[in-house]
Amino acid sequence: MRGAPETMTVLRPKSAKEAVSLYAQDTGAMPLAGGTDFMVLWNIGLFNNRKILDLSGVRDWRKISATRTSVVIGALATHAEIRRHPLILKEFPLLAEACATIGAAQIQNRGTLGGNIANASPAGDTFPPLLVYEAVVHLVSARGKRELPISEVFAGVKRTTLLKGELIESVELPSLGKRPTRQIFRKVGMRLAQAISKTAAAGLLTLGKGGVVEDFRFSFGSIAQTAVRLTEAESLVVGKKLAPSVIDEACRLMERNVSPIDDIRSTREYRLEVSRNILRRFLEGNRT
Amino acid sequence: MARTTSVGISERRKEGPEKLCGQAKYIDDHALPGCMHGVTLRSGVARGLIKSIDFEPGFPWHEYTIVSAVDIPGRNLVTLIEEDQPLLADRKIMHPHEPILLLAHADRAKAYEALKHIRVVYEKQEPVLTMEDSIALKHKIFGEDNVFKSYLIEKGDVAKGFEQARFIIEGEYRVPHQEQAYIENNGMAAWVEEDGTVTVLGSLQCPYYIHKALMKIFHLPEEKIRVIQSTTGGGFGGKEEYPSMIAGHAALLAWKAKKPVKIIYDRAEDMPATTKRHPAIVRHKTGLDKNGKLVAQDVDVIMDGGAYATLSSVVLSRGTLHAAGPYECPNVRVRSKVVATNTPPNGAFRGFGAPQTLFAVELHWEKIARATKIDSLTLRRRNLLKLGSVTATGQILRESVGASDVLERTVKDSGYVKKLKDYARWNKDKKKSCWKGVGLSLVHHGAGFTGSGEVYLASKAGVSITIDGRLQVLAASTEMGQGANTMFAQVASETLGVPYEWVEVETPDTKFVPNSGPTVASRTTMIVGGLVRRAALEMKAALSKEGLVLRTAADLKKAAKILCGSDLIRRFIVQYEKPGEIVWNDKTYKGDAYGAYAFAALVADLEIDKTTFEVKIDKITTAQDIGKAVNPLLTEGQIIGGTAQGVGYALLENAVYKDGAMVNGQFTNYIIPTSMDTPSMKVVIVEKPYSRGPFGAKGVGELPMDTPGPAIAAAVNFAAGIWLTELPLLPEKIFKAKNEAQG
Repeated sequence: MRGAPETMTVLRPKSAKEAVSLYAQDTGAMPLAGGTDFMVLWNIGLFNNRKILDLSGVRDWRKISATRTSVVIGALATHAEIRRHPLILKEFPLLAEACATIGAAQIQNRGTLGGNIANASPAGDTFPPLLVYEAVVHLVSARGKRELPISEVFAGVKRTTLLKGELIESVELPSLGKRPTRQIFRKVGMRLAQAISKTAAAGLLTLGKGGVVEDFRFSFGSIAQTAVRLTEAESLVVGKKLAPSVIDEACRLMERNVSPIDDIRSTREYRLEVSRNILRRFLEGNRT
Repeated sequence: MARTTSVGISERRKEGPEKLCGQAKYIDDHALPGCMHGVTLRSGVARGLIKSIDFEPGFPWHEYTIVSAVDIPGRNLVTLIEEDQPLLADRKIMHPHEPILLLAHADRAKAYEALKHIRVVYEKQEPVLTMEDSIALKHKIFGEDNVFKSYLIEKGDVAKGFEQARFIIEGEYRVPHQEQAYIENNGMAAWVEEDGTVTVLGSLQCPYYIHKALMKIFHLPEEKIRVIQSTTGGGFGGKEEYPSMIAGHAALLAWKAKKPVKIIYDRAEDMPATTKRHPAIVRHKTGLDKNGKLVAQDVDVIMDGGAYATLSSVVLSRGTLHAAGPYECPNVRVRSKVVATNTPPNGAFRGFGAPQTLFAVELHWEKIARATKIDSLTLRRRNLLKLGSVTATGQILRESVGASDVLERTVKDSGYVKKLKDYARWNKDKKKSCWKGVGLSLVHHGAGFTGSGEVYLASKAGVSITIDGRLQVLAASTEMGQGANTMFAQVASETLGVPYEWVEVETPDTKFVPNSGPTVASRTTMIVGGLVRRAALEMKAALSKEGLVLRTAADLKKAAKILCGSDLIRRFIVQYEKPGEIVWNDKTYKGDAYGAYAFAALVADLEIDKTTFEVKIDKITTAQDIGKAVNPLLTEGQIIGGTAQGVGYALLENAVYKDGAMVNGQFTNYIIPTSMDTPSMKVVIVEKPYSRGPFGAKGVGELPMDTPGPAIAAAVNFAAGIWLTELPLLPEKIFKAKNEAQG
């Protein structure tokens, strides 16, 4: 343990308003939500002599609620709460599945959706479902509120487009309307729990009359600097029948949106092959 | 009166309640008044010479106690087998985690902070990082040939054997580093008593190894050094030799600071800096007659020792002695060597060289099966060790040979033969989303020290009765989660004919317990348990000489008075005596390598996902002959735990090295199995008693580590139709091999 708690100053706002105003005064403070990534860095001493903005007192940001056209998940809702929430299980099961694969029970009980987004790891497991659900991130700062599509939140490895003094208040998932014909979440980690993803996929497919694709959304995490939608493959497939040639072409186009790397956890070749296999089997309608 | 039979019953763990209630004190739980925190400055380069050590001006260095090699009052040495490893590097750097300086401060974070304000300037030299480069003498880094130790075992005439062979099959097999992954990191506290006694308290396996090392470091007589074990959260060999280093460091700081000093490694320091399992390359050339009977085995073993000799010579010895597998062959040659590289020294880890060589010999059967068209089960049946068999070292097996028993039981209970057929059919179906496979292994594991090791150790252990009527076991063998204390109390109580609850086990503290040798080599039950039984028999004889029988608490009080006389305690200490029938020649490596062997077989039943190439083990079935299970539940725990560790070795654990240093030295990226990754297991305990072991017991500690690697590799290869011969079997490798197989 190299963290020295006595060198840290902890700010403890009791309300959203107070959190925003404290953060405006101290934009260098480190926001603390569930702490599951924070504590790792704390342990190696990276927060010594730093100010910490502990958000645990902001109870309003823990709620999960429904509007007429969406579900709103407070930034401080935990993975454990999300994976068991009836609304999420019914309307956004891929997010529930993703939350169920994060770490293990202990991490899920502490870790939050807002913290996961703000941390912006390329391997954030909630991001592929958030991308296919076209989530909207609600931000708040002393200057006011702002909405940002999830696809515009990530700027790179561990970097977001959040502005100075901005905090994540909630994440809104717009209702899908029509139930997808097929959907998938698949995480490939280094083991079955407490695992960082090598690749993670989320997909939705809605078929219309005569087997023509009405809607197709597919995203990957962990195989590019940020989680990405397969925009090229998606626009190819929509409006067509899922003929073998279309599937082949979609699998080829995958590489226009992703660029996996060799790292300590896996190889570029493996990540590409496995990701392509997941996509192919999904389009072919096979269980993976 | 309460029950007085205990052996064979799953008694409750002696230290269980205090661990469950969070009362057990691990080393960092001990609050020592005025304690300072010690940290270690390490080299960061794999090979070179220290040119200068610069302390940043203006930093409050006066607040720190700083120790370098020049402060050492005795010898700058971590005493083990060879005298080559310094406690603190003074000039020459041999690996990237070599300790150079020690610093202590009352504030732990400040102690770590200081490390950033010291700059060491090196004259860098090109390191030798692989076994191949070491053998090719890219640079001389140890002696004339970079070889720490080599062995030769010869039986019969290998050349003649190959002349008779109908089949000759060659293969090469590789295994990687492996981290012990004890849950409690290494840590030591030290202080100097008023009378000048240097005392250390810490997480450790072998109190007397540290005792010996500290005597040299401080140039003090044995009574001026005291080593005490704190509750230890796992060892698996990882706390066999490295604690001598940490104890030396903590003691030097405490001695210079005149205050207690604690050194507690965090995971990021512990994992890269401390010892790992030796990587190995094992080559087999095997000759068989037309019926699949072995006629010649020629085995070549190379291990990577790392930068210093540490325990490499004995790890290699055990690896060499197990290299031919649990089989009888008239002509055997095993040539082995362990070489130096500029990586942190490798050391003891459950199995101690045997999992490496047994992986090779067992997986090699699958290659032989492909060539001879005789399945590997039949091949094993035709060649396995039986009563009266003669091993590679010429040892005649006189008793307790359960090889066939464990093999047949495992094969039967796992449905191995049927599954082979079913899965071959399943795998032909292209529509299935997975491939399925089964794999088999059969191993032996020598219990106790290699060769004449037990004679050199001359271990002592005993039992005692105090004046107030407490019965205690006295041994330096440590409880580290494996159940040593419970086993000792069971053996002593059953022998004395008293309830299990009456017997306590003294804390391993060199001031109070005799040197029963290191807690290693699957020797604690068979050897030390045997000593405890003999000592208890002596106490029993003394009791009956006085006409005393221990039935009630009052009997115990009376016995205490009579046996202790005017003393506070009466000790019955016995020393190891070599059984007459064990004959071993260290020079020729011929004879009775071990007093007895335990045997185990394992079947792994698994599937591989065709989408992701991930391996999921559905079931492991294993039968293990350990002579006698003193405590069946703890025994099963040892088998399940060791097997899980073997599953990690086979499938997940991948220590990545760059420039001689482990770069994934944290649990985030060094992947061990979680409970989710640990398959369901069926464990069958087979008891073929060994007459020299207490109540027939052989060893169990290491045996389960030997079996999973080769069985899982065989199953993976069978399932995917590939031929992988190097652990771990990562999905990336299976994918690549599958691609290559399909062209």
